[in-house]
Amino acid sequence: MKYEINFTINKEMISLAVIPNKTLLEMIREDLDLTGAKEGCGAGECGACTVLVDGKPVNACLMLAVEADGKEIITVEGLATETELDELQQAFIDHAALQCGYCTPGMIMSGKALLMENPTPTVEEVVDAISGNLCRCTGYKKIVEAIMHVSENNANK
Amino acid sequence: MKYVGTSVNRVDGIKKVTGALKYVDDLKLARTLFAAVKRSPHPHARILKVDIAKAQSLPGVKAVITGKDVSNRVGLYLEDKTFLATDKVRYRGEAVAAVAAETKEIAEAAVALIQVEYEVLPAVTNAVEGLKPDAPLVHPDLGEYHYGPIFFPEPGTNISNHYKIRKGDAEKAFNEADYVVENSFFVPHIQHCPIETHSAIAQMDVDGSLTIWSSCQSPYAVRKALSVAFNLPLNKIRVLSPAVGGGFGGKAGTTLEGILIPLAMKAKGRPVKLTYTREDEFVNSFVRQGMHATIKTGINKDGKIVAVKNTFIWDGGAYTEYGVNIVRAGGYGSTGPYDIDNVWTDSICVYTNHPVGGPYRGFGMSEIHFAIEQNIDMLAAQIGLSPIDIRRMNGLKPGGRNATGQVLEVCGLQETLEDVVDKLNWEKEDYDLNKGIKPNKVRGRGIACGFKAPSMPNDVASSAIIKLNEDGTAHLLVSAQDIGQGSDTVLVQMAAEVLTIPPDKITIKTGDTDHTPYEWQTVASRITYCAGNAVVKACEDAKEQLMELAQIKLSVFKRDLELCDEYIVSKLHPDKRVAIKELALGLSMSDGSGIHGPIIGRGSFIPPNVRNTDKQTGQGEKPVAFWTYGTQGVEIEIDTETGKLEVLKVASSFDVGKVINPKLIEGQIEGGILQGLGSAIFEELILDNGVVKNPNFVDYKIPTSDDMPEMIISFIENEEETGPFGARGVAEPCMVPTPPAIANAVFDALGIRITTLPITAEKILKALKEKNK
Ligand code: FES
Ligand code: FES
Repeated sequence: MKYEINFTINKEMISLAVIPNKTLLEMIREDLDLTGAKEGCGAGECGACTVLVDGKPVNACLMLAVEADGKEIITVEGLATETELDELQQAFIDHAALQCGYCTPGMIMSGKALLMENPTPTVEEVVDAISGNLCRCTGYKKIVEAIMHVSENNANK
Repeated sequence: MKYVGTSVNRVDGIKKVTGALKYVDDLKLARTLFAAVKRSPHPHARILKVDIAKAQSLPGVKAVITGKDVSNRVGLYLEDKTFLATDKVRYRGEAVAAVAAETKEIAEAAVALIQVEYEVLPAVTNAVEGLKPDAPLVHPDLGEYHYGPIFFPEPGTNISNHYKIRKGDAEKAFNEADYVVENSFFVPHIQHCPIETHSAIAQMDVDGSLTIWSSCQSPYAVRKALSVAFNLPLNKIRVLSPAVGGGFGGKAGTTLEGILIPLAMKAKGRPVKLTYTREDEFVNSFVRQGMHATIKTGINKDGKIVAVKNTFIWDGGAYTEYGVNIVRAGGYGSTGPYDIDNVWTDSICVYTNHPVGGPYRGFGMSEIHFAIEQNIDMLAAQIGLSPIDIRRMNGLKPGGRNATGQVLEVCGLQETLEDVVDKLNWEKEDYDLNKGIKPNKVRGRGIACGFKAPSMPNDVASSAIIKLNEDGTAHLLVSAQDIGQGSDTVLVQMAAEVLTIPPDKITIKTGDTDHTPYEWQTVASRITYCAGNAVVKACEDAKEQLMELAQIKLSVFKRDLELCDEYIVSKLHPDKRVAIKELALGLSMSDGSGIHGPIIGRGSFIPPNVRNTDKQTGQGEKPVAFWTYGTQGVEIEIDTETGKLEVLKVASSFDVGKVINPKLIEGQIEGGILQGLGSAIFEELILDNGVVKNPNFVDYKIPTSDDMPEMIISFIENEEETGPFGARGVAEPCMVPTPPAIANAVFDALGIRITTLPITAEKILKALKEKNK
């Protein structure tokens, strides 16, 4: 039995029939070929699969695809325009806030969610917002600096 | 220098921040089949019967294999494993059979239908027990296995390598020493936890050629192992490693690829894919070996260490094809970075019925330094020296000798020590460690040194090719893998420096054994040094070709030409110049003819003059390519009510020879510190009768952003004579001193020695209670 769902992903309207036990992550990666969101654990423990659902960060491995019906989803692929990176993406590059890059899409989406809700977070708020995103490479410091760079820019705007 | 030494942005940055980079699990090939694996429920058992009939007849199943399909033994240093178990299973989780099917669900259902009959055997679940004469034998056929000449297995026992150092006369020195002290330590198994789990796809073409996409550190090593395992010529195997989501050693050598090949062989041209679950990653890929250490030290009243006797017993797990070399490294590094005249070391690799031990960032050095660096502090306390002074006195200096008797020409250890002492205000009287401390909290600080050399066969090779394009851009081809450490960027910087072509005009291509040239492995902190040398040589080769053509073009002798900002320029008359791009495809003559053709530079490299050590004594002049030295110091805070330990500050200093990219190396050290911190205070693979009890991130915690201390990172630059631009590796050394520095800080704070990792809140509380009794 499949369920017909309608949602937008990265501003594009999608209609899809999905089986009830498919996760949002599986749908995004397998049916929509958006492989930016990664599976690091499949159990809500690593944050590599983080996407925005109605502006809130969500572990896509824990949400069912059918629950996406009527929702607005943004993945890491939805941040840059044709010609320009999102300023948080650019900040990650400029601050060397990525190494292997496997946690990076999830990390950026958690950072983005925070900045959308609070454009000028403090270091403590940033550390807290990414505490559910595991990174084995960077030691987190440069990730925090990258997000803080955007925060400080926003404060000066 | 224009490009080397600058913080160039990562060349793979845009692909990674946009999610565009395709890792192996992101690849979607037409008509892919999915694999699932039947695994052993027992740590040690004889396989009596494997019944695959039901699985084979399940609709959607395309191939089922058992150990019969992969009976050749393989292994990097000791050929002791088969990709699927044949006669016995030797750890819980070992692959016994595998299925390829139309969907993951069908593959899993088919695996459940496979019936295996076992005769359960007594298991070895402790390395020390495994040494006893009556211990069950994990590998009764050890005597038949092939192995490299630098390893010493003892058939008829569970010992797969017994590495010895015999330097000076330790017994005599103990008799004459003012004090003789013995301390024991234990380091448990841990797991690498790359956020990307292992993933691979294999496909066999009708002409018998095989393609493998694998998230691996070493495509050429994978190719070689598969060639041996399946009797295939190397020119029929293509291994691609498109991107690697973290390795830390866990993706060195081979793991799951060998399971996919026989499936692909039976699947008639269809790709077969397998991606490990997190639980698989914890249990069925490499883990870091456990280690029991005993160190006996002879020391004089003035603080001079005169002798050590080390016994390191390593829990190698079910297969030690790779682990034997970790044990060797632990042997020749067994004094730590100290100059000691009399050394007796036994470093022993023991087969157990535990998950397979393998390379893990540090390659034995983290494990032995946890023991060595606490021991040094314990000695200091006994003699009444400060932890700094005992290291000043005994730590290696230029001209000193290490455990193998090698004389060290370059050695920045003491400079790194002084650097950290300074950064942490260690010897400043007015520095208040307890500033702003809350009730029920105590603070302490600790220091530890460390060193590491690339542990690899002496003659392992690297190569690079640089191709110049007619618009002045270039392609750099190597098989060094960027597993996050930033090698793509650093190698491009080196090429840019030699050729004076800006980094953004150089595209690097890696990881395809059909198209990128040979690289032994991306391991051992050797890429900046080894692949870097190959890249420099390739670019110098290209430069030489350019000079040849330019001297004709400009009528200026080669010796009077130089490269400058994408031009070949006369040193005497700078207006005489020709652009590199004009010569990229050869020199066009005025009569319309041409000479030479495209400029393609090639570079090959093997570390020079590295030789085997003496078999009996372990002594040798140059057993490794180079040593990297460093020091870390920490400030910690402990809650005496809960036992919770927080690392507040870490200062780190390493002698890296030459910093190629300041921003990237800083990030690498920060990551190493957190990984070291995790292994110090949380991480342990809990093994109960061979069963891994905590194969997930809830029960096996790795550091999060909440655990991040303040980090002060600095570098010393004493050039490595044979290094590219003077550089040496630092990827692994940077996590080596962190755990013992934390352990030493715990002692400073509480007067308690915790000699087993991890230093958990429970252990601290228990020790506090004992102490206050
Ligand atoms: S994959 Fe979703 S939290 Fe780890
Ligand atoms: S960059 Fe590798 S896991 Fe974060």
